[in-house]
Amino acid sequence: MTTQAMTKTATTKTATTETAAEAAGREMTGAEMVLAALADHGVEHLFGYPGGAVLPIYDEIFKQDQVKHILVRHEQGAAHAAEGYARSTGKVGCLLVTSGPGATNAVTGLADALMDSIPLVCITGQVATHLIGNDAFQECDTVGITRPCTKHNWLVRDIADLPRILHEAFYVASSGRPGPVVVDIPKDIQFTKGIYRGPQNVEHKTYKPKLKAEDAKIREAVELMRGAKKPVFYTGGGVINSGPEASRLLRELVKATGFPITSTLMGLGAYPAADPQWLGMLGMHGTYEANWAMHDCDVMICVGARFDDRITGRLDAFSPGSKKIHIDIDPSSINKNVKVDLPIIGDCRSVLEDMVRAWRSNSYEADKAALGAWWKQIETWRSRKSLSFKQTGDIIKPQYAVQRLYELTKDRDVYITTEVGQHQMWAAQHFHFQEPNRWMTSGGLGTMGYGLPASVGVQLAHPGSLVIDIAGEASVQMTMQEISTAVQYRLPIKIFILNNQYMGMVRQWQELLHGGRYAESYSEALPDFVKLAEAYHAVGIRCEKAGELDDAIREMINVNRPVIFDCVVDQAENCFPMIPSGRAHNEMLLSDSTESIEDAVTEEGKMMV
Amino acid sequence: MPPAEPIASHTLSILVDNEPGVLARVIGLFSGRGYNIDSLTVSETEHEKQVSRITIVTRGTPMVVEQIKNQLERLVPVHRVVDMTTKGPSIARELAMVKVRGRGDHRVEALRLADAFRARVIDASIESFVFEITGASDKIDQFVSLMLPLGLVEVSRTGVAAIGRGPEGM
Repeated sequence: MTTQAMTKTATTKTATTETAAEAAGREMTGAEMVLAALADHGVEHLFGYPGGAVLPIYDEIFKQDQVKHILVRHEQGAAHAAEGYARSTGKVGCLLVTSGPGATNAVTGLADALMDSIPLVCITGQVATHLIGNDAFQECDTVGITRPCTKHNWLVRDIADLPRILHEAFYVASSGRPGPVVVDIPKDIQFTKGIYRGPQNVEHKTYKPKLKAEDAKIREAVELMRGAKKPVFYTGGGVINSGPEASRLLRELVKATGFPITSTLMGLGAYPAADPQWLGMLGMHGTYEANWAMHDCDVMICVGARFDDRITGRLDAFSPGSKKIHIDIDPSSINKNVKVDLPIIGDCRSVLEDMVRAWRSNSYEADKAALGAWWKQIETWRSRKSLSFKQTGDIIKPQYAVQRLYELTKDRDVYITTEVGQHQMWAAQHFHFQEPNRWMTSGGLGTMGYGLPASVGVQLAHPGSLVIDIAGEASVQMTMQEISTAVQYRLPIKIFILNNQYMGMVRQWQELLHGGRYAESYSEALPDFVKLAEAYHAVGIRCEKAGELDDAIREMINVNRPVIFDCVVDQAENCFPMIPSGRAHNEMLLSDSTESIEDAVTEEGKMMV
Repeated sequence: MPPAEPIASHTLSILVDNEPGVLARVIGLFSGRGYNIDSLTVSETEHEKQVSRITIVTRGTPMVVEQIKNQLERLVPVHRVVDMTTKGPSIARELAMVKVRGRGDHRVEALRLADAFRARVIDASIESFVFEITGASDKIDQFVSLMLPLGLVEVSRTGVAAIGRGPEGM
C-alpha cells in the first residue's frame, strides 16, 4: 500500500512538474515545433513531398515516429489525399510541401478544400527571410498566391510567433465553417530556436464563430414547419461537416415531422438513401421528384447548403411560392444567391438539436392531411422513375456499372470517392449512401483528378475498409501518378474507371450547345489501363461485356491490392435528368424527353456554365 | 422577376488587426468578388491594440452591400464591420490638396473661392497655390470643379474617413 501510495504521489508530482514545464515552454527549433504541434493536435498522418525549403522539417520527421509521413508523387495529390482523409474522418487533414513549385502545385487542392469547406493545414517551406522578395531559387509569394484560396494564411517572420500560429492554424481550419489554411515557414525560421508552448487555451482574438442560434429563430422555424402544407428539407455538406451527431439529429427531425428530404451532392449520406422519405439528390442532375418538390414546396428548410447555381437553376424561377428557412454557420451564405425569409446562423448540430427539442417539447405535429396530399403528389413524380435506364446487349451502360458496383458492395464497409464529370453524377445517382462521411467528391471547384489521391487519404484513415474511386478515363489521368503512392503504402484502393473514351460531360455539353462538334473531347491515344496498372505494380482488370461485369467486380473486391478497373462503357450515354442552364426546376429534361436538347437551352443559358 | 433593387452608395467602417497582408485581403475580396471601391482609407487607430481602421465607400443593392459586409466579417483578422450609411447618423469627411496655377484675375478668383470654401493656402508661389480643403466628398468635388477653369493642375485626396454621431463607438 505504502509503496503504491508513494508511487502515486510521485506520479502526481511528475505530472505537476510537467504541467509547470509546459506552461514555461520548451526550447526547440522551428522545425521541431512543427512536429511538436502536429503531435499536440493529434495528427497521425502527414501527406507531403520534400524539397530544399522544408529539409529541416523532414529531418525532424526522420527522428520521430509519432507522425507518419506519406510520400505522394505530386503536391496536388498531397492536398487531395489530405482532403479525402479529412472528409472521411472529420479530422483536420495535413500536408507539408516545399517552397515555390511545391506550394503552387498544392494550390488546386487548397482551392478545392475552400469551396467544399474541408479543414486542411498546409505547411509550406519558404526561402530564408533575408531572401524573400529577391526572386530566390524556388521562391514564390505563397501567402499572396494562396490568399484567395485559403480561409486564412500566415507567413512566419519571427520564431516567437510560430507556436501560436501553428495552434491558430488548427483552430481556424476546424472551427466555424471549416477550410484550408497555409502556414508559410522560411527556412531560417525552421533552424532558429525559440520557446514552444502547447495548444492549451488557444483562443483567437478575432475569430469566434457563432455556433448557437437564437431561441426566437428556432421557435419561428418550427412554427413555420408546423403550418407547412408542402414542406421539403434541402440539406447539404454543412450537415456532414458538423459531424455524425448532426446527421443523427437531422434524421430525428425528418422522422418526427414526416417531411420529404433531398440533398445536394455534398450532403449525400447525411440522410439514408434507403429511407422512403428520401427523394434523391436535387439540382442540375437531380431526380424529378426532388426538383419538383423544391419547385412546388411552400416551406423549404435548407440545412447547411448554400443555394449554389447547380442547385437553383434559373434564379428568378427558383421555388417561387415557398417560405425559406436557411440554417448556416456562415452569415455570408445567407441571401447570397436567394433571398430567404428566415435565416438562422449557427452550427447545424446545435440548431438541429434545438429544433428537435422545440418540435418535441411542444408536441408539434405536421398538418397530416396536407402532408398526405403532398406525399401523394410526390409519389406521382417519383413514379416517373427519372433515373431509369435500359441495359440491353453486351455494351455496358455506365449507370448499370455503378448500379452493379453498388449492389455488390453495399453490405461492405465502403467509401466512395469520385473524379469530376458524368461518372460523378452517375455515382451520385446510382450509388446510395446510408451514412455520412462515406462520399468524397469535388463539388464546388469540380476538380478532375480529385478522386484517386482522395481515395489514398481515405484508405489510410480506414485501412480495413473498401475504398473505391469511381472515375472517368480522362479525369483519372490527371493524378494517375498517385497509384504509385497507394502501391508504396500497400493501400488497396480500387480505381473503377467508367471508360467511354470521351470527356463525357464536355461531350454532353457540346452535343447540347455546340451542334455536336466534339472539339478535343475525345480521349485519343488512351493508355492500356491494365498494363498501366501492372507497370505500377498494381492489379489491372478490364471488363467490356455486361454479362461479365459482376464477376469482374467481385474479382476487384477480392484482391487485397490496389486495382485499376477499366470498365468499357457506352460512349454515347448522356447524364439525365438534366436541368439545362437557364431553366427552372420544373423544366427538366429526362432521358426519354421528346424536346430536343438543343432547343431546351436558351441563348441566356448558353452563357452559363 | 422582382423589381431591381436600387443601387446606393454605402460607407463601411472596418476594424482589423494590424497584421501583414490584411489590406491585401480586404482589397482582394473586393476585386475577387467584383465589388466596387469608390474610396478607401486605412490607418492604424489604436497602436497598443494593434488595430487599424479601414473606411471603404462602395456601391450596390442592399442585398449586395449586406453580402459585402458578411464577406468582410468572414476574414479572420476582421474584428467588426459597420455600415455607416444604414447604422444611424454619421459624419464622413475627406481632405484634399488642390494645386492651381494662374496669374491675374484667375488667381484672385481662386483665392476668393478658396475663402468661401474655407480652404487654406498651404503653399504659394508667384503663379500657383496649393489649397487644403476638408469636408464631405461632394463639397470637395464642387471645389475642384470650380478650380478647373481657373488653372487646376492636380488634386491629391485622402479618401473618406467616417465616424458615427453621438457618444457610442462602433
